[in-house]
Amino acid sequence: MIGRFWKPRAADPLPPPDEDTTRSLLERLDSAAQMRLGRSLALLHVNGGSCGGCEMELRALRGVLYDLERFGLRFVTAPAQADVLLVTGALTRTLRVALEQAWDATPDPKWVVAVGDCAVDGGVFKGSYAILGGAGAVVPVDLTISGCPPSPVRLLSGLRALLEANAR
Amino acid sequence: MRALSIIRAAGAETCHPWPRHILRTPDWAAMAQALPEDPALCLVALWADTVQVHALLHVVGAERIVLASVSVEAGGYPALSPARPGAAWFERTIHDLYGHRAEGGIDSRPWLDHGTWPHAAPLSARPPPLEHPAESPSFLPAVDEGVASLPIGPVTGTLDDAFHLRLGLHGEAIAQAEARLGYLHRGIPALLRGKAPRTAARFVARLAADATVAHALAFAQAAEAALAVTVPPRAVALRRMMLECERIAVHLDDLAMIGAAVGASGVAAACAEPREHLLRGLEQAFGHRLMMDCVVPGGLAATVGPAELQALRRGIGAVAAALPGLRRRLEASACLPRLTGLGTVPPALAETLALGGVAGRASGRRWDARLLRGLDGFVPALERAGDAAARTRLRVMEIVGSLDLLAQLLDFVPEGEMSVALPMVSGEGVACVEAARGDVWHWLRLDHGQIAAAFPRDPGWALWPAMEAALHGAAAEETLAILRSFGLVAAGVDL
Ligand code: SF4
Repeated sequence: MIGRFWKPRAADPLPPPDEDTTRSLLERLDSAAQMRLGRSLALLHVNGGSCGGCEMELRALRGVLYDLERFGLRFVTAPAQADVLLVTGALTRTLRVALEQAWDATPDPKWVVAVGDCAVDGGVFKGSYAILGGAGAVVPVDLTISGCPPSPVRLLSGLRALLEANAR
Repeated sequence: MRALSIIRAAGAETCHPWPRHILRTPDWAAMAQALPEDPALCLVALWADTVQVHALLHVVGAERIVLASVSVEAGGYPALSPARPGAAWFERTIHDLYGHRAEGGIDSRPWLDHGTWPHAAPLSARPPPLEHPAESPSFLPAVDEGVASLPIGPVTGTLDDAFHLRLGLHGEAIAQAEARLGYLHRGIPALLRGKAPRTAARFVARLAADATVAHALAFAQAAEAALAVTVPPRAVALRRMMLECERIAVHLDDLAMIGAAVGASGVAAACAEPREHLLRGLEQAFGHRLMMDCVVPGGLAATVGPAELQALRRGIGAVAAALPGLRRRLEASACLPRLTGLGTVPPALAETLALGGVAGRASGRRWDARLLRGLDGFVPALERAGDAAARTRLRVMEIVGSLDLLAQLLDFVPEGEMSVALPMVSGEGVACVEAARGDVWHWLRLDHGQIAAAFPRDPGWALWPAMEAALHGAAAEETLAILRSFGLVAAGVDL
């Protein structure tokens, strides 16, 4: 089993996303996946109070890379099928229970990725009465992907890091 | 138009460009009673500040906009929901945020407040101590005993907003549908208060990402109207382009999701690719793929030179080049036949709910905020059938329309400044912009350059109730396709 390799609320652990195109990244991901991948990762999106921007970029990632599965990544729709929770949004007080339930229903070993500035620490909404300030307020976060919203390239580099750790 | 005459007879306060009439409570009640006789008078928005409740009404066709207010007395005001059922969500929101009661309203259940906030009525002058325990939202009782309940959300795993939809099923058919929103409430109205418009724009841009440009623009225009500021022509031209680019990107995203919902993955792929090219062009042109924080009160935050305009042209060109292929795919797929007759909104319902955007125009409602502001000869595309197929066809037609507008706008981009400074004075303004999903309205009152009160009206306020009604009688398995055909977003309504 792989341990948590980033502490909750860590600063953005990714190298700067200087990849010119998604393609070059894909090539790297492909070889990494082929060489070392133990198994594929099933991703479940959990909206924790997003403006919808992070979802748009997640959809862009899925839409353009319709063969995401080739790289060992796939989206699922239920916690029972998931390895990774992709949490977006500043975590509103009202969605706290939904996130807790999704986390409880996800089998071990599981990972939590905070997607976007809001999920990292509340983003621009810090200090509002209605939010808890990101996924880390309720569940242990393994990886943060900053950006408002993070671009598909940035999302992919984050997920690649998770894949590589998973295969280690 | 008795309701209209009652409003017009009342004295008005200055609000640009439309005055705001202040009604005495009995006159407001009389106006509410006269509303059923005036079906053409559409209630667009109902909101509040600490002492008054405000309504924005619109006579479609005449494009007459009327603002009316009433003082809150002994914690209440006469409800509008008996005459305009669409007012119910607004009345519940006003109660949850400010504590003002809608007397005689059709629904007094909590809405945004799910019992999880530290205070009740967080925006009231003196927030009362929390008295309600956290409780799960209550739903309407089942219409009869044979109805089985099917809950959906708030976690759906569909890369989408968080919402809760409760379907009442009679066998396979939907007998009842009730949406419960509020999960995405981030407290934006409270965050806006006391801020300068430029600072507040960061929150406005994050109300709902699918309309980040539209919300930022309507908000900026309301502030500029309030402060009598004229924006440089270069910024005006670029803002229009950004709005059309956002419309294309959102329509492509919606079409992709509609395609995916009916299993037409070819359509989804044919939308995703040009959308990605457009977004990359927008990033190069304006510094952000979704153009967040680019439109600010006073003008634009970005510097756009010849290289940036060239990148914009490339992005738009990619969409234009891909469009014939996308149309062919759509025609050849089973998409449109599948959607025909699904989720129909009758014209009368569209009118009652002040349903705008593609959804309103698909039901023959001839309203597009672009009719309001200087676009000579602009004619919105219309459909009559009101079903999911009509909404889908309209999106494609509107992409074509936006590409035409962009070609005109790119032909001549005025030179000059990108923005002007805002004076630190007081004033009140309201503005409207056509977003991809319908008309976005912003009202604000500034006190010495700071926001005293503000309200953003997202198109979702009309879209969700229209979707609830359109689900009636549909087969349960068509739910996702119908939802996608409306392009529902909860974030803008949840505030
Ligand atoms: S990080 Fe930005 S894009 Fe993502 S949900 Fe927050 S405000 Fe929206």
